[in-house]
Amino acid sequence: MLEALLFLIMSSITIVCALCVVFQKNPIYSAIFLIQTMVSLAVLYILLHAQFIAAIQVMVYAGAIMVLFIFVIMLLNLSKADVEGERDNLLFQKSSAIILGLILVVMIGVVSVKTIFQGVKGEYTPESISHIGNTQLIGKLLFTKFVFPFEIASILLFAAIIGAIVLAKKKIIEDEKV
Amino acid sequence: MIPLTWYLILSGILFSIGAVGVLIRRNAIVIFMCIELMLNSVNLAFVTFSRQLDSMDGQIFVFFIMTVAAAEAAVGLAIIIAVYRNKATVNVDDINLMKW
Repeated sequence: MLEALLFLIMSSITIVCALCVVFQKNPIYSAIFLIQTMVSLAVLYILLHAQFIAAIQVMVYAGAIMVLFIFVIMLLNLSKADVEGERDNLLFQKSSAIILGLILVVMIGVVSVKTIFQGVKGEYTPESISHIGNTQLIGKLLFTKFVFPFEIASILLFAAIIGAIVLAKKKIIEDEKV
Repeated sequence: MIPLTWYLILSGILFSIGAVGVLIRRNAIVIFMCIELMLNSVNLAFVTFSRQLDSMDGQIFVFFIMTVAAAEAAVGLAIIIAVYRNKATVNVDDINLMKW
């Protein structure tokens, strides 16, 4: 009962904040609301017995990635007119996008209610996970069953770091040549 | 125990909000934030199925999705900064060099 109440409160906060992300005029307000969305999603992960995912959701998403977003918003320092050009180049784009979004919600809702999800049950019930420890289990799996994707992820992050530096530093290098 | 269908419906609602945001907003940074919102909703569905099937694979996948999202955010924001240097705007309607 308490669990259902917590789910309803957190999910309504999540949905309201997600709507605010889309409909706020100022990008910095959108970023703040997105942080709140991610924090309330972390609470939902804890309800689903995924404590490690909840922790890295707060640290990586709400911490690192959103700080990056806010840095960029402040770095660009957009003027009032730049924040949202209100002219609609495409006629009816907003209204038709909202109608399509509502259709998408109804479709996903119908599919997830009507479908009977069945699959091969794994070996990790919440009881056995709490016996081993959620983080220990993820660590063990990362270095045994998923060691190849783990290494690929490190190469991907390395490539992303180099890409970000090359893209963002372009102008400074040109200035040095001149 | 909450029915897991509720989580899936919440995930679907968040995904649709993100998709609508990508379609109606003009600011490239806000479009980027909506993409993050969609990634988050997919993460929620992954964790839900991981809980339902008593398997850890879903949570490991969420871990990798977060890695990819971090890489994507770094590169995407660098691209936005590079575009802003050249065109002095982040409005996606004004960035139409490749438009045929």
